[in-house]
Amino acid sequence: MSQTFSLNVNGKDHTVEAEPDTPLLYVLRDDLGLNNPHFGCGLGQCGACTVHIDGKPVHSCRRPISEVGVKKVVTLAGLGTPDRPHPLQAAYVQEEVPQCAYCINGWIMTAAAFLRDNKKPTDAEIRTALRHLKCRCGTHMAILRAVKRAAAMMG
Amino acid sequence: MTKHEKSANFSRRAVLKAGGALVVSVGAPIAFDSARAAESDPAVATKPALTPDQLSSYIAVNADGTVSAYFGKMDMGQGLSVAIRQMVAEELDVPFASMKLFIGDTDTSVNQGGASGSTGVQDGGKQMRMAAAEARRVLVEMAADKLGLPADQLTVKDGVVHAANDATKTISYAQLIGGQFFNVHLDWNGKYGNPLYAPGKAKPKNPKDYTIVGKPLPRQDIAPKVFAQTDFAMDIKVPGMVHGRMIRPAIAGAVPVKVDESSIADIPSARVVWDNGFLGVVAEKEWDAIRAARRLKVEWSNATPPFPNQAALYDHIRKASTRKREVGEQIGNVDDVFKTAARVIEAEYEWPFQSHARMGPGCALVDIKDGHVTCWTGTQKAHFVQTGLANILQIPHDHVHVIWTTGPGSYGRSDADDCVADAAVLARAVGKPVRLQYMRDQGTGWDPKAPASIHRVRAALDASGNVVAYDFLSKGFSRVDVDTNGSQPRDTLAGQTLGVALKSGDGFGVPGDSYGFANKRTAWETIAPLLDRASPLRTAHMRDPVGPQIHFASESFIDELAAALKVDPVEFRLRYVKDPRDVAVIKAAAQKAGWQSRPAPRNDQRGDKVSGRGISYAQRGPTRVAVIAEVDVNRSTGKIWARKFTVAHDCGQIINPDGLHHVIENNVVQATSRTLWEEVKFDNKTVTSVDWRTYPILDMTEAPEQVDIVMINHPEIAPSGAGEAASRPVPAAIANAVFDATGVRIRRAPLSPENVKSALS
Repeated sequence: MSQTFSLNVNGKDHTVEAEPDTPLLYVLRDDLGLNNPHFGCGLGQCGACTVHIDGKPVHSCRRPISEVGVKKVVTLAGLGTPDRPHPLQAAYVQEEVPQCAYCINGWIMTAAAFLRDNKKPTDAEIRTALRHLKCRCGTHMAILRAVKRAAAMMG
Repeated sequence: MTKHEKSANFSRRAVLKAGGALVVSVGAPIAFDSARAAESDPAVATKPALTPDQLSSYIAVNADGTVSAYFGKMDMGQGLSVAIRQMVAEELDVPFASMKLFIGDTDTSVNQGGASGSTGVQDGGKQMRMAAAEARRVLVEMAADKLGLPADQLTVKDGVVHAANDATKTISYAQLIGGQFFNVHLDWNGKYGNPLYAPGKAKPKNPKDYTIVGKPLPRQDIAPKVFAQTDFAMDIKVPGMVHGRMIRPAIAGAVPVKVDESSIADIPSARVVWDNGFLGVVAEKEWDAIRAARRLKVEWSNATPPFPNQAALYDHIRKASTRKREVGEQIGNVDDVFKTAARVIEAEYEWPFQSHARMGPGCALVDIKDGHVTCWTGTQKAHFVQTGLANILQIPHDHVHVIWTTGPGSYGRSDADDCVADAAVLARAVGKPVRLQYMRDQGTGWDPKAPASIHRVRAALDASGNVVAYDFLSKGFSRVDVDTNGSQPRDTLAGQTLGVALKSGDGFGVPGDSYGFANKRTAWETIAPLLDRASPLRTAHMRDPVGPQIHFASESFIDELAAALKVDPVEFRLRYVKDPRDVAVIKAAAQKAGWQSRPAPRNDQRGDKVSGRGISYAQRGPTRVAVIAEVDVNRSTGKIWARKFTVAHDCGQIINPDGLHHVIENNVVQATSRTLWEEVKFDNKTVTSVDWRTYPILDMTEAPEQVDIVMINHPEIAPSGAGEAASRPVPAAIANAVFDATGVRIRRAPLSPENVKSALS
């Protein structure tokens, strides 16, 4: 049975009608029109659907709306804007990272949480932190350059 | 529909209306004189028909002086749109920033073949360059008329025509034609797709005068994507749209015999669409469509499991009867020379099925309204999809509008075109616009596969160790079991499940190299598919179709010859390679990598962790690439780290070195993934590689430490493809490096820990 849920996304409150087991991904995309998290696998294996929930990277394809509650959801659109970019967004543009760009939610949202908690990470630490994400176009080298560039910006 | 898409469509429709007005006027009687006058007027108010022989089909000067170009190929994220804008702006002498490029919309561009065969710049750019040069020529002639000066005394800067020796005499492109359309005929060769070519009378610029081509201008589409402002194909929505999902059998070849709709009766708005082997569901909410597809009770026909066990795959290929054989290069008398050879060296190599496994499974939105169809898709070939929709829906071609919209990375004939056809069948059945997205297991398990193959190579040596004959044969599944685009229903899962007559094509390929062996034969043989209809192992084009597998074999074998003769692998190649540009890339890679001459293997390492280096080179059409890999091998785990690559790349004239660098780098990393990890697994019932655990690809800990790229620029040589060429030498470069490190030759891909361990033991 469909139920009413309240949630806070990118600083705004919303109310949606959904089946309790509906993954957050579909609520964001179809009910709120926030298309940036993408469906990649629905299995939590690729990262294309990643959002922050209370600052932690989460696979929105696997998180039922009923478990989101009052926690704060942030999507790529809420991470930064062209006027006030997150350092990773700025670095991604400067390094021209993506080929198709379908995977970037996972890399940017995961790396943003990692860089917030890990100042001046080593190459090996960055690689390990991002090892569960997928990029099919093979932009790994550019991703590494961008994350290192952002890490330098974030001090 | 989202805001972004609306605004883009609005301008396209405005253009369309003008085209419509022209059709009406053509139907009315036109006096001979006025028809001639119209023909001779290079600027007209209404857009001429969208045909390849009209300049207006490629270029328009807007009222504000900006230039719009319309391109019938797609940019799959490799920066092609920047390169095309550079080529057009260069020839027209307009600022790069004033150029807009519209790509892949069947209402505004002609069929230039879509993203196909690395021809974006090579063929597509060539045509756009010629069209832009002709537009400039026509504009300068118009200016000559207006200014009362001969055209050869005029020059153009930033879209303004100047008298060469009187700066006060100027007229801008906008003043000459702004807001009107070119009415100029081009000399079209009558072909559509990649070979479409329609030059005018103008000659393009001399490369020495370039100011825009050759510059590292950045892509403009990245920031909107990084700030989540871009709509992908998956993001488009239209009013009244429902979500679709497809249902595939657990045993390939089975068809539904009983479908229990009551099993999903409690899911709001869920509906079943079942016709012969075609089975899907739709629902208003996406999650409901997914739940319905999972829960629907289906009884399937008793199909005999169609596949051999995976372990028997290569034996199957060896024993299968040949359906078609073709010889590529044939020089001298190979068979006779082998009879008298002092020594014969031979080897056989194996390459598995591989999956496109795109980041996002196929997705398409099809809207059928009043006999007209609109489709949003991330296909590589929008114009062929237009034909496919017309065919499967039996609707006139000009009633179908396909709007290419950026999608998840695309590397050939993926599931994108299957998805369009499935969405069309669903939309027709339910009478509503349908957005269909495949699930992950379908994106990996049911996409068309890169063909599995074996490759037999032998060489005859004389008593002095010279190669006197070379014989290369590939045998495998066809690269065109289903064709390279979805224009025919028989090549889509929808057509095949609905029961259309099949026509499996035959094609493979031969090595691209310039080894000048006195006697040389390269050939291929194709075999029938394992299951002829709606097969999850149907085969088609995947990035650099059959290039990685063929050159894994051919360039591993060249290395085997060098090792058998105890000759340095670079030196050995240079003995036989004839083409000077091939020599140049091999030398450039070796120099950049600091290659020291010695034969492989090293034989100086002990312990579990060993390192090695390997070289490989190949031509792909007029492009040539040499790759040196430096790898670390863990003998006990079988794990390989392709630590460093050095690439030398020559694709003639470089349009944008920045874009080219990214394209090469990404090619190398993706090809490394295919070499080290990628293998479609199956049992006798179906494909069992259905997600990222069962179809692993390279992860970040396995990415190289360094990729050095030498880009050799030849401004005087026509630009050739770069989208795929760097993929093909990578597998052999890695395998050759593993041999150098371990002394063991691995002839079966992928070089996964499992395969490497078994080879080393």
